[in-house]
Amino acid sequence: MKDFYFLPSHEWYNKKEATVGISDYAQKELGDIVFVELPEVGDKVEKGKPFANVESVKAVSEIFSPVNGEVVEINEEILDNPALINDDAFAMWMIKVADVSGEEGLLNSDEYENTIK
Amino acid sequence: MKLTPFFEKMAANGAKMVEFTGYFLPIQFESSGIIAEHKAVREKAGLFDVSHMGELMLTGKDAFATIQSLVTNDITSMKDGQARYTLLPNEKGGIVDDILIYRFNEQKYMLVVNAANCAKDDQWISSRLLGDTVFENISERTAQLAIQGRAAEDIIKEFITVYNVPEKNYTFKVSVLFGEEIILSRTGYTGEDGFELYCSDKIAEQVFDLVVEKGNKHGMLLCGLGARDTLRMEASMPLYGHEMTDETLATELGLDFFIKLNKDFVGKQALLDKAPLCKRIGVRLVDRGIAREKALVFDSEDKEIGCVTSGTHSPTLGYPIAMLRVDRDFDGKEVYIDVRGKKLKAEVVPMPFYKKNY
Repeated sequence: MKDFYFLPSHEWYNKKEATVGISDYAQKELGDIVFVELPEVGDKVEKGKPFANVESVKAVSEIFSPVNGEVVEINEEILDNPALINDDAFAMWMIKVADVSGEEGLLNSDEYENTIK
Repeated sequence: MKLTPFFEKMAANGAKMVEFTGYFLPIQFESSGIIAEHKAVREKAGLFDVSHMGELMLTGKDAFATIQSLVTNDITSMKDGQARYTLLPNEKGGIVDDILIYRFNEQKYMLVVNAANCAKDDQWISSRLLGDTVFENISERTAQLAIQGRAAEDIIKEFITVYNVPEKNYTFKVSVLFGEEIILSRTGYTGEDGFELYCSDKIAEQVFDLVVEKGNKHGMLLCGLGARDTLRMEASMPLYGHEMTDETLATELGLDFFIKLNKDFVGKQALLDKAPLCKRIGVRLVDRGIAREKALVFDSEDKEIGCVTSGTHSPTLGYPIAMLRVDRDFDGKEVYIDVRGKKLKAEVVPMPFYKKNY
């Protein structure tokens, strides 16, 4: 988990892969995920601002970007099968970003784990 | 905040609790989740704590006349041991609640009402009693479990003698369990075969353990409010506060079968005078996304025609569905629903979205 950095709102940024997703705790809290709405390639994302929506059976939740950057790839796999996020939230990235800034102030995995204890 | 008699049992079984109409109730269970619980009910069986529902007893020589004067359905033809769905309208033709009437005998009835409306119904009915009618609100001491799904009958028959198991839908039997009277009706809110069991809170935990022990053998899962909502939506059953409110005309819901204008009741004149302006329709989303309550609905000419009253992803069908309240004269085949600024296409489909085939 050393490459993962977190927002307290349960999104992660994988520094090595430059990918963004939600934590295992978040997927558990959301429940069965049935739809994911992602930005398009070329869209800008802003740290602390919503960039995606995740619909569980219960409700819709906004997903906040942990960093600033530009979307260079979206994970098509989760558009077709959103439940994959429930199966493995840390492997199921949502977007890949470039020109990244704003990594400072994110929580490392130990710090993040402490917030959900 | 109130706790139902099953709270401890549910919590011990991994229930994730939410506040609902003043009670802590399970929304889902840790080990399963809404979709697994939903599928258990569709394929085998599920057990719900529905003790939050209200129960109002009306007894006496004029109990019949009191109820008949307050509800849209006609209870004249009801026999002992039958249950009947009806709307409880207000003077303006709006809806105070939608309820079930249980007839024990000519002078004894139980009304089962929505938890959120229990205090309102209590006030509404108890202030309109005719002649010799005794009113009692027994909600606080009444526990209720719903055992739903095609395996429900087998589960029930493991601990209730065949004679005391209601055979037909919307009938009920009274029997004794753990020394207390229980009411078992063949009713539910899931679109499946199933039962609702009313008992005294004194024996609630014993009854729960018994149902779980027998149910486990038949693949029954504990279920929460989340699955209850997706199940009733697939069956296109209206939910008070969503499809209907005090302001919704009783004639705007497609429930005309339950409105009998050949008898008198509070609000009948309003229903005769006012033309319904809206209707309830069902749609299947064609575009990706989920249309939630309050989302605005447009026709193909981009004219606003109404809003979503309930919407979800249908676990059984595998696509998103929604119930809409739209202009009465809309007769198109497709609509566009505004979901966070995007107009998602949806096609009008017949309700119920799901129908059991056994």
